Amino acid sequence: MTDIPLAARTGRLARPSKLLSFAVVGALLAVLLVFFVLPVIWLLLAPSKTAGQITHDNPLSFGSLGQIGTAWNHLFDFQDGVMAHWLLNSAIYSGGSLILTLAVSITAGYALALTKFKGRKTLLTVTLVTMIMPQATLVLPLFLELNKFHLIGTVWSVILPFSFYPFGVYLVYIYFGSSLPRDLLSAARMDGCNEWQLFTKIALPLAKPVVGLVAFFSFVGNWNNFFLPYLVLPDSDQFPVQVGLNQLLTSTPSFNPVAGAGLNITIPELALAIVVAILPVLVLFLFSQRTLVSGMLAGATKE
Amino acid sequence: MTVLETPRVSTGTPRRDGSAPSRPRGRRLNAGYLFVAGYTVLLLAFGVFPTAYSFYLAFTNERGQFTGFNQFTKVAKDYRFLPAFEHMLVYLVLWLVVLVVLVVLVAVVLRGRIRPGTSAVLRFLYYIPGALAGVASVLVWLFMLDPDVSPVSWLLEAMGLHSFAAVLAPGHLPLILMLIAFWTGAGGWMVVMYGALNNIPDEVLEAARMDGAGPWRTVWHIQIPMIRQWIVYMAIMAFATGTQLFVEPQLLQTASLGRVSPTWSPNQLAFVFAFQQGDFNGAAAISVFLLSLGLVAAGLLVARSNLFSLDDK
Repeated sequence: MTDIPLAARTGRLARPSKLLSFAVVGALLAVLLVFFVLPVIWLLLAPSKTAGQITHDNPLSFGSLGQIGTAWNHLFDFQDGVMAHWLLNSAIYSGGSLILTLAVSITAGYALALTKFKGRKTLLTVTLVTMIMPQATLVLPLFLELNKFHLIGTVWSVILPFSFYPFGVYLVYIYFGSSLPRDLLSAARMDGCNEWQLFTKIALPLAKPVVGLVAFFSFVGNWNNFFLPYLVLPDSDQFPVQVGLNQLLTSTPSFNPVAGAGLNITIPELALAIVVAILPVLVLFLFSQRTLVSGMLAGATKE
Repeated sequence: MTVLETPRVSTGTPRRDGSAPSRPRGRRLNAGYLFVAGYTVLLLAFGVFPTAYSFYLAFTNERGQFTGFNQFTKVAKDYRFLPAFEHMLVYLVLWLVVLVVLVVLVAVVLRGRIRPGTSAVLRFLYYIPGALAGVASVLVWLFMLDPDVSPVSWLLEAMGLHSFAAVLAPGHLPLILMLIAFWTGAGGWMVVMYGALNNIPDEVLEAARMDGAGPWRTVWHIQIPMIRQWIVYMAIMAFATGTQLFVEPQLLQTASLGRVSPTWSPNQLAFVFAFQQGDFNGAAAISVFLLSLGLVAAGLLVARSNLFSLDDK
């Protein structure tokens, strides 16, 4: 039997190398922890300090609550409170397209997975291709298309393209294809359900995890989108907050001494703006982490 | 079985479950069409049409006359074209290698080498920066990389980078963009890989151990091959997003007061062609270059993995 001496040998040799690999692994995880978390902590602390304190104090010190208030006032005074407009716009664009996305992609994914119709395979293939296609390269033709239909500068120029979400359709397709037995549908059909009832009474209640998943990805993706709104919305009042942040950056004296002169937007205000801009997404992240992970894998593994 | 209506179309794929269709085919056909109608309209309007339109623009001139490959040769000869694609390529290689190696390594470690509770906490903390995608992440890193305010200014100083300008030297950009992309994206992928590793049945790992495979041999010969399709999927997605670089270099360009080129990435170059030179045909040609690149790479990877199967189970 060769197993036993082999096992004994590895057991004896393993000890020092085990310790070493433990140290290496621990160091790797710790370095990554600092890398991922430190910038977030810095960002959350920065609005509590003055620009001077940020430069001179310990980078991880807390300033004062009063200073956060001051930064808040500066930020929301900027161009007569345009920051509030930007946030509202982001909510309208992401919320509006979220509703449309869910309405079209849940039904489409369901039909692709569980009904037969001519062109089904083509639709699936095209979905797959557009899903993998780099979307940013389509932003320019999209701009021209929207321009032709006189949609530039309207909310639709953002909401409609945002609502097209092939990845969501694909997720729903996989979910229904793998977790909804056809027999269940056949049985309900025998009992006299029509196609719409099948969808709303049987499929939809079972689809909660994937609906949440699509909603999350779509909302976060659209909330963070920059390129399309940057092109199609000419007016600062119409910007979503991401494009607004870009404008704030160009108005910050430390990054742009000329344009930023005389404005109250300094590093604490900018940091606060970032925190405010990502807050909805961050809250979503914190609350949906567990559901997300299980849903992501349920949708992902197909088995 | 009674089929009351002759199906107008053959569905191609035979029903796998063997059950007889219990209703006329015609009605189910219509339902299917209704269910996909909204999505199909959006797909045509915002997926298919813009793609076709960008090809049309790339092969014509501003008066709509067919010009063959003229637009492509014109933009390819532009002095900013090669540098932009070179920048993107360097960035992509760096980003893909770092992403794949670190994400797989960390997922393996989180799955098997440390206590489950610690692993869950770490996965969550690594995942948080994902909330700060886009503009926010770039702004955060502008601060992290500015020796005047950075919490790791000692590290920057140690590397001989004493000013923000020195950090933003054009040669550093692929590395900086990689850092930002890794910071926002890697945590999510670690979660996905962890889940994929979780799906490997314990018996398989047990069997490997019985056969005398050490932990790292198990990783290399069992775990990694079994999550291969997920690694391929990650690589495709990372490649696709990598070719789309726009907001990150654009913001760095703004913040560096012009030291970084405004046409650093191909997408920025297309943007300049379209909106500063008014040359939408040239811009479309650059877009088509990028699209083809993305599609060829994705197609190759999809063909070699079985992740995206279109067949019903």
